[in-house]
Amino acid sequence: MAHVELFHIAKRYENGFEAVSEVTLFIERGEFIVLVGPSGCGKTTTLRMIAGLESISSGELRMAGKRVNEVPPRERDVAMVFQSYALYPHMTVRENMAFGLQLRKVPEPEIRKRVDAAAQSLGLTELLDRRPKEMSGGQRQRVAMGRAIVRQAGIFLFDEPLSNLDAKLRGQMRIEVSRLHRAQGATSIYVTHDQVEAMTLADRIVLMKQGRVQQIGAPLDLYDRPVNLFVATFLGSPPMNILSAERVGEQLVGEGFRLAARAGLQTPGASVRLGVRPEHLVVETKRPEGELPVGWLPAVVDVVEPLGAETHLICRVGTQSVTARADGAVFVRPGESLALRVAPEHVHVFDPETEVRCG
Amino acid sequence: MLRHLFLIPFCLATLFPALWVVKMAFRAEQAFATDLNPLPVEFSLQNFETLMSDPLFGRQLLNSLLVATLTTLLGVFLACTAAYAFSRFRFPGRRAGLMFLLVTQMFPGTMMTIPLYSLMESLGLLNQMAGLILVYSTTAIPFCIYMLKGYFDTIPRELEESAIMDGAGPFTLFWRIILPLSRPAIAVTALFSFMTAWNEYILAATFMSDERAYTLPVKVQSFVGDYTTEWGHFAAGALIVSVPVMALFFALQKHLVGGLTAGSVKG
Repeated sequence: MAHVELFHIAKRYENGFEAVSEVTLFIERGEFIVLVGPSGCGKTTTLRMIAGLESISSGELRMAGKRVNEVPPRERDVAMVFQSYALYPHMTVRENMAFGLQLRKVPEPEIRKRVDAAAQSLGLTELLDRRPKEMSGGQRQRVAMGRAIVRQAGIFLFDEPLSNLDAKLRGQMRIEVSRLHRAQGATSIYVTHDQVEAMTLADRIVLMKQGRVQQIGAPLDLYDRPVNLFVATFLGSPPMNILSAERVGEQLVGEGFRLAARAGLQTPGASVRLGVRPEHLVVETKRPEGELPVGWLPAVVDVVEPLGAETHLICRVGTQSVTARADGAVFVRPGESLALRVAPEHVHVFDPETEVRCG
Repeated sequence: MLRHLFLIPFCLATLFPALWVVKMAFRAEQAFATDLNPLPVEFSLQNFETLMSDPLFGRQLLNSLLVATLTTLLGVFLACTAAYAFSRFRFPGRRAGLMFLLVTQMFPGTMMTIPLYSLMESLGLLNQMAGLILVYSTTAIPFCIYMLKGYFDTIPRELEESAIMDGAGPFTLFWRIILPLSRPAIAVTALFSFMTAWNEYILAATFMSDERAYTLPVKVQSFVGDYTTEWGHFAAGALIVSVPVMALFFALQKHLVGGLTAGSVKG
């Protein structure tokens, strides 16, 4: 186990492209950190710099307090699980897992013990003599994890390890990763573009965009208090609704609706962007006559998506599209007029220019 | 069925001269077979006996084996290491180097005979096995490099990165990951090198004037004279030359089948 510190880490390529800029991050011992963001956001490059597979252009990387920028990967205390699993095709499962230990001159009985233990915990005991091509995707994934586990490294790196699995298996393996992390207690850095993995696995999420960190924090911190529009819309499914509005005194006025501004709200100009999560919109199937009260949005149902436990209503509010997450038992039809109600504390306000959160 | 209608005559046309050589080899006479029947009509080992009893034949066979084997070993070793560098490292002169290797393949080998001869002469390598080995491996290497580089390029980089994370240095990586995975390509290049060296006639005939330094193709050709040709001995010699190549081909056949990388990364 070791703590990892990134100080102003950057990656610049020869053509001047900056893939990662100024990433500063302190990772506690045993912490599970998830780097998440759209493709090309620099999350994988950051992970590869921590692994030592990519050189660091500027900044300092420390492991257990020591600078490791120039330390080759094999001398860093890290094990890595690759997206493609990268199992050695000419070796059996046992050989695959033992390879790293053999290279580190671990005595043979010890190797055997560790491989058997890892195989046991991953349910691979029966498969130890198979070769990768004789196994399913899920099994290969387990071998890739086993190969990292036997190393007993202080730091685990995961590069989108579940993205090649089908949805059902991905759910199972996600639970397995979480269970393993608790059992091993190693510091883990996990890269994904899947916000569900990020939310469920992370102690802290690092959300990146175009090489820059947008926000670092516990999953629910990011979910409840996104610092900008990008974070707000990236996390959450269906994503947060964004509406244009004008600030008029202590009210936020949009197309056919008025919302109360939170006390002490500071906005740079009159125009703002509002963010409301779908689950914070309460569906009122009976729309009152005349002008709607403050906090009510007039909506016309566009599409109804019943998912069983809940129903997503995609509605039109004026010219803008808004999704509400309603109870599974709500009965509405497309074309119906209704109202959506939102409490003031659930309205996120963003500056339309800088896209940064206000107040 | 239609496909076979085409293939059968093609196979017969290909096999015809080969069968004819077999027929002549097992005939107890030196004259050229004049009838069209390619099937052996008699079975005599006389030609082979005469060949084997030639005191120089054993030595010439050994020459051929030595030259072909060492050419293969040297050529494949150098081609593997060079191809790996071309495939994985970016260094100044990489593109120029690859282009240059390609250019060397554009000239017919015979064009090189005279310059190579004077080179060999000044190096004192005429009538020496080392001379032939040097010439053969250098002519085979460009092709082998291209062949192997193409194969190395298909090996996923993540495999190597995974080995690096496992603690492998460049040598371990090459020896324990890349080479075992490249067996099919190495088998093909080895076979190619061996066959080139084993069958080559023109350079061997030019450089080797001493009968004791002959390789088998030179020996076999020596039965064809200006006035008389010992067709029986020629045919028997030709058969002896082709047998090792065929044996090698069968031995390497299972490695020639690709697909070793299947299953390493999600396919």
